[in-house]
Amino acid sequence: MFPFAFEWIWDMGHYVFHGGLWYALSIIGAGMTYCIGKAAYDTLIQEKGSHEDEHH
Amino acid sequence: MDSDLIPKGVQRCSLGKFLLWISACGFVLAIGVYAMILCWLKGLNQTNMNDAYGFALWIWADLAIIALGGGAFFTGFLRYIIGIKELKNIINYAVLIGFICYSSALLILAIDIGQPLRGWFIFWHANVHSMLTEVAFCLTVYFAVLTIEYIPLVLENRKIDKIPFFHNLSHNMHEIMAVFAATGAFLSFFHQGSLGGVAGVLFGRPFGFREGILIWPWTFFLFTWSAAAVGPCFTILITKITEKVTRKKLVKDNVIELLAKISGWMLLTYIIAKLIDTYYWAFHTAPGMGLTLAQFYTSDPGSVYGYWILFLEVVIGGIVPALILVTKFGRTNKIALWIAITLACIGICTNRWVMVLQLLAMPVMTFQSWFTYFPSWQEIATTILPVAYGAILISISYRYLPIFPQERELNPIPGEEAEVETVEKEEKKELATGDLSPATETAT
Repeated sequence: MFPFAFEWIWDMGHYVFHGGLWYALSIIGAGMTYCIGKAAYDTLIQEKGSHEDEHH
Repeated sequence: MDSDLIPKGVQRCSLGKFLLWISACGFVLAIGVYAMILCWLKGLNQTNMNDAYGFALWIWADLAIIALGGGAFFTGFLRYIIGIKELKNIINYAVLIGFICYSSALLILAIDIGQPLRGWFIFWHANVHSMLTEVAFCLTVYFAVLTIEYIPLVLENRKIDKIPFFHNLSHNMHEIMAVFAATGAFLSFFHQGSLGGVAGVLFGRPFGFREGILIWPWTFFLFTWSAAAVGPCFTILITKITEKVTRKKLVKDNVIELLAKISGWMLLTYIIAKLIDTYYWAFHTAPGMGLTLAQFYTSDPGSVYGYWILFLEVVIGGIVPALILVTKFGRTNKIALWIAITLACIGICTNRWVMVLQLLAMPVMTFQSWFTYFPSWQEIATTILPVAYGAILISISYRYLPIFPQERELNPIPGEEAEVETVEKEEKKELATGDLSPATETAT
């Protein structure tokens, strides 16, 4: 699964197979990071906005 | 008691009735869990698997529910990649069914490996030349995708949605759902195919062996194709069963008919490819290995597999439902639709049975006879377990989550018609603007 595993070989089979796997995992990971990060940011902005409204 | 958790504008049965139903399903689930624990504690000697049947009932169940759960990836592909807007009214349920199917498949595999503590070996020490490794990787990652697709639905629960972070998270996840759906379609293509590839590459077992392109035997493509064709049929079937149980109309006919039409054409093209494949295998591949078709469908002692199973798979479970679904009458007539979707599901399950169990039943040495196998009660109980689990998860999701965006409109509660009209207007506006966000946002 990782290049530091003892049975890892730098050959076409590993490039294609693990390339596909890490490609999919990267998309899922990046997608979820974006969603969670943006949700946290949006929530903070909304809370800030509501606090400002209270002050006014 | 739990009315605050139930979506607005819909009616549900009393909590007592609901708990009684869950308890009944829970009893079946408990038997399955007991059998599962027996298998984990005592080992695979609890099964009737043997040297001839290394793959048995569990693997058939695995292949069958993965194929039936294919509705999630294919409906997601049609909705988010192709952009068929009408399918937004059934995509939630397709995702839920897919989630149940894939989690069940993974659970069965966790029992089947016999040594669950070593389950991670297949990931860590991946054999890149194995179709099964590809299946394990894609299955697990696709299950993660399905979980991501299911999370926004959970977050849309009335109580959870009031928490701003979860509301925003759900909204953001819907916004980029096309990315997850595309990843899911990519993963599904490969693991559905590789499940077929497992049988197709077995050159020592002429019943399953097929020629193909590069490293992929024809069964690779046939499995993906059949899952995409029948998966939506299973989604329709479960929707129809849910409608019968709840005595409500949950999805409009035009949505069901559209999905049935797409499924029908997929099934028709699949069955044509399957017939060509069967013909080539029967009259070229197998004779090239010194075997005849009659030897595969023999009536030798110990064999229950006659030509009837080929007829059941290809004609009854393939050609008949395909012809019903491609015709307008077949799709619009309720009885014909029920027959077609049921037969299509039976057909795909038979196909998976044949490619797992008939394949192993056939002797590979001239001095051997057909191998027989009957599953132990532990195998049967753990195979029924997913059905009970699925019924429980569907019941809970239906009760507390806005699974069916059209439910309120189709089942108005007296005094709330005005509110429904507003929902309709919002939906029309959304369709006009081509907004990809879920219908549930407007319906709740």
